[in-house]
Amino acid sequence: MKRFFVMLVLLAVILTSFAFAAKTKITYWQYFYETKKNTIDQLIKEFERQYPDIEVEHVTFPYANYNQKVASSIPAGVGPDVINLYYGWIPKYVTSGYLIPLPEDVFSKEYLQSQFFSFVSKGVEFNGKYYALPIAVRSLALFWNKKLFEKAGLDPEKPPTTLQELVEYAKKLTIYDKKGNIVQEGLTMQPSGQGHHWIREVLVREFGGVPYTSDARTVLYDKTGAGSDVLKFYTDLITVDRVGYPGFMNDDVTAFKAQKAAMTIDGSFRIGTLNKIKGLDWGVAELPSYLGVKSNFASFWANGITTNATKDPKKLEAAIKFIKFLSSPESMKLWLKNVGELPANPELAKQYFDDPVYGAFLRGLEYAHATFFVDESAQRQVMMDAVDKVVLKGIAPEIAWKEAAEEEQKVLDNFWSSVH
Amino acid sequence: MRLRQKKIITAYTFLAIPLLFFIVVRFYPMVYSFWLSFTDWDLISPKKNFIGLLNYINIFKDEVFVKAIINTLKYVAFGVPAVIIVSLYLALVLNRIKKFQGFYRLLYVMPYITPLVAVSWVWKWMYQQPPIGFINNLLTILGLDSQPFLMSTSQALPSIVVTTVWVNLGYCVIIFLAGLQTIPQEYIEAAKIDGANRRQILWRITIPLLNPIIVFLAVTQSITFLRIFTQVYNMTDQGSGGPLNSTKPLVLYIYQKAFMSFDMGTAATATVILFGIIMIITLVQMIILNKNIEY
Amino acid sequence: MVKRDRLTTISAYVFLTIFAVLMVFPFIWMFSSSFKDSGEIYEFNLFPKYPTLYNYQYIFNYSLFPRWFLNSLLIAVVTTVSVLFFDSLIGYTLAKFDFPGRKLIFILILSTLMIPTEMLVIPWYIMVRNLHWMGTYWSIMFPGMISAFGIFLMKQFMSTIPNDLIDAARIDGVSEFGIFFKIVLPLVKPALATLAIFNFIGNWNAFLWPLIVTSSPKMYTLPVGVAYFSSENSMSWELIMTGAAVSTIPLIIFFLIFQKQIVKGITMSGLKG
Repeated sequence: MKRFFVMLVLLAVILTSFAFAAKTKITYWQYFYETKKNTIDQLIKEFERQYPDIEVEHVTFPYANYNQKVASSIPAGVGPDVINLYYGWIPKYVTSGYLIPLPEDVFSKEYLQSQFFSFVSKGVEFNGKYYALPIAVRSLALFWNKKLFEKAGLDPEKPPTTLQELVEYAKKLTIYDKKGNIVQEGLTMQPSGQGHHWIREVLVREFGGVPYTSDARTVLYDKTGAGSDVLKFYTDLITVDRVGYPGFMNDDVTAFKAQKAAMTIDGSFRIGTLNKIKGLDWGVAELPSYLGVKSNFASFWANGITTNATKDPKKLEAAIKFIKFLSSPESMKLWLKNVGELPANPELAKQYFDDPVYGAFLRGLEYAHATFFVDESAQRQVMMDAVDKVVLKGIAPEIAWKEAAEEEQKVLDNFWSSVH
Repeated sequence: MRLRQKKIITAYTFLAIPLLFFIVVRFYPMVYSFWLSFTDWDLISPKKNFIGLLNYINIFKDEVFVKAIINTLKYVAFGVPAVIIVSLYLALVLNRIKKFQGFYRLLYVMPYITPLVAVSWVWKWMYQQPPIGFINNLLTILGLDSQPFLMSTSQALPSIVVTTVWVNLGYCVIIFLAGLQTIPQEYIEAAKIDGANRRQILWRITIPLLNPIIVFLAVTQSITFLRIFTQVYNMTDQGSGGPLNSTKPLVLYIYQKAFMSFDMGTAATATVILFGIIMIITLVQMIILNKNIEY
Repeated sequence: MVKRDRLTTISAYVFLTIFAVLMVFPFIWMFSSSFKDSGEIYEFNLFPKYPTLYNYQYIFNYSLFPRWFLNSLLIAVVTTVSVLFFDSLIGYTLAKFDFPGRKLIFILILSTLMIPTEMLVIPWYIMVRNLHWMGTYWSIMFPGMISAFGIFLMKQFMSTIPNDLIDAARIDGVSEFGIFFKIVLPLVKPALATLAIFNFIGNWNAFLWPLIVTSSPKMYTLPVGVAYFSSENSMSWELIMTGAAVSTIPLIIFFLIFQKQIVKGITMSGLKG
């Protein structure tokens, strides 16, 4: 009995103990995305070669509960020293006391303006200080399946360029069974994926509206431009034209990968995934315009330093070096090659303007907008619910759109009231 | 006398660690949850402000909470009668056969011991839309219309109930079967001699004698359905309890409030309410069962 | 009369068999899907035309499933051993020792059965955070180290052991622990087996608490791993089904070995009221 008890205690001790390392060890966190994870591993190797006295531990989490893990770890002092976060979370992270400003001696205003797109320095600024730097940025484009175009009698090299064409093509590309069930989508309709960005920053603007005021405190999409016509356009594709619906084959990516969807709107980060699918012949084009207006949605993930790193000056120094290393043009090049995300450095980006794949995204970047999210998942939910209300409940788009604006305004108010 | 004292000391030595465990890991957290429900704590801020009953007032103004309560009651109202009626029927039929009884019982109880997460994903896979969902494909072959199942606000909750009934069925069958086998054969023989037909035997003898078991199962199954979470988290899009909150049960609401919005005060309030509901049901069981003993 | 009986017997078998197919089919579909490749996964043939082990190879080589498997095993084994030891010890003490407060302690322990886990997870989580247990196996296991239901079960069984047997050993000078280990425990082996099996299954399948408390994927248990693996945004149903199969297979084996005890255990839990 005694022996057993001792063993139990020993086991517990072993399980909770840490291994101490002689090098300066910093911990880096990002959410799990296969190509991103592998590329960061590769970059860490190179970084550790350049700085042999620093060791980087790389930890990934599923996207769905990334924020929960951050919130539970940093206040407990066990979390990361350098963290990869969505630029839209910066205000929340700063007000929660997770992030420290980037030191101005290393990351000066001049450095940011010369090395990054202007929407980047705007996106990482909060109360006059910079908090994070990206490796890459991303935008949206229209992916199409050339084989399915051919089968439908369309020119596989000519994707739609306007919304009218998009609808027309999507109808031709949709296939139904005898019962009228969709067995092949003309266009994926997945607000929970990139669809909500397409509605918010692209369709709203192409229909002449503006989604939010420039200080991101007030919702405007119900009051400007064509208002609820945006939602009507989107949901008509589902209920009237019946070219697709949310949840077909579970999600848009699965459907496009399985060649059961002819067109999808997705981000540059999907390129790596799609390249791996055998027998999938796809093209990528700029997002369709409407009445001559073009818009796109840009976003990025950035690396910031957490309050954890300030406990040890050596760690802080290592963290600064690591962030600078990650944002160097060399890292950006590797990132583009492996992950398919676009260089955040405009000079570097220009070199890829004529690229058959990246070109569409890079040209899109020129007229792209980055949404200032205060709570990305809540704001996404608002758009998902608006679409569901029309599609599943038969509520009029005007009402659903108005309710969405009210809901989202609540989310914004809630956030800004907590920021002092 | 010395022996008695020694025994008392031994008893408390044996009980020391377990008692500490129950105080620290069960009672203290329960009290702590009550306390949290009177605060506005958000996990991040260092201080917890006492706000009295405000959470209890506000939570009922939260549409999503009210929806979650209604959904939870729906899970119970659909699930419990379904699982009890079907399992009772199966047990009655099983009780009639002599060979392979154990074999059938074995097959029926398999879902019960399978990880619920795996079960959820298998059913989610079968519930998919055409052209990939198995059940919809079957419907199409039979010449019927395909159904939206998890994609619809009206069908998603019943679909999850079906999966849960499938899981819990075997457990109930085993218990009913054990109960049936304790019914003295003489009662039934005597009734037969008196000219009672099958139906009369069932309603006048078998079911009244099974009453305590039915109450027991009704209560344990009610609690199981009240605490439904894993299925909903895994079967709905992004674990959201959608579409449009139509499947969100109380526990998922608690999980989201506590670990996604970090609204610990509201989450604790919801757990206290859940606790209250379970208490009431358990007490009702005790009262009914105590009555039954005199039966 | 005899003829009618035979007819009802046949129809009973037919009915039970149809139901058995309904109950087993999801398992069959899961395994069938796990042997299909990504090209065949969307077809409805029950038997894969080109059965492949690729999905299993992928899961074992390119995912954390092996690690999750070991995590689950470790957690289930350690908690089960702990529960067996403590529950039988407490059950024994409560059944066979007369001491002030015995009834109160028993009622207090039983009353914890009414507290739903959901009410405890928030305080547990805060406890784990404050005590810096985040990321340890201990944080996943600690709430389940002793089970109130097991205590109840063991107490019922211990009560049936004759007191003379214990007193005789005491007179022979056997130590109190000696009595417990050498005399009492061997007599309640069947109950121990039942408790062990149920506790093992319960911990193997637990989801809510591991979901909340595990922070890095390396620490996930199998159910959390399956949920995480499956919800990653680029879906491959054949891999999801393989993951589900991998988490189910050990339990099916376990079940086939211990089916008698499992059925008995369920019966016991049901007839306690």
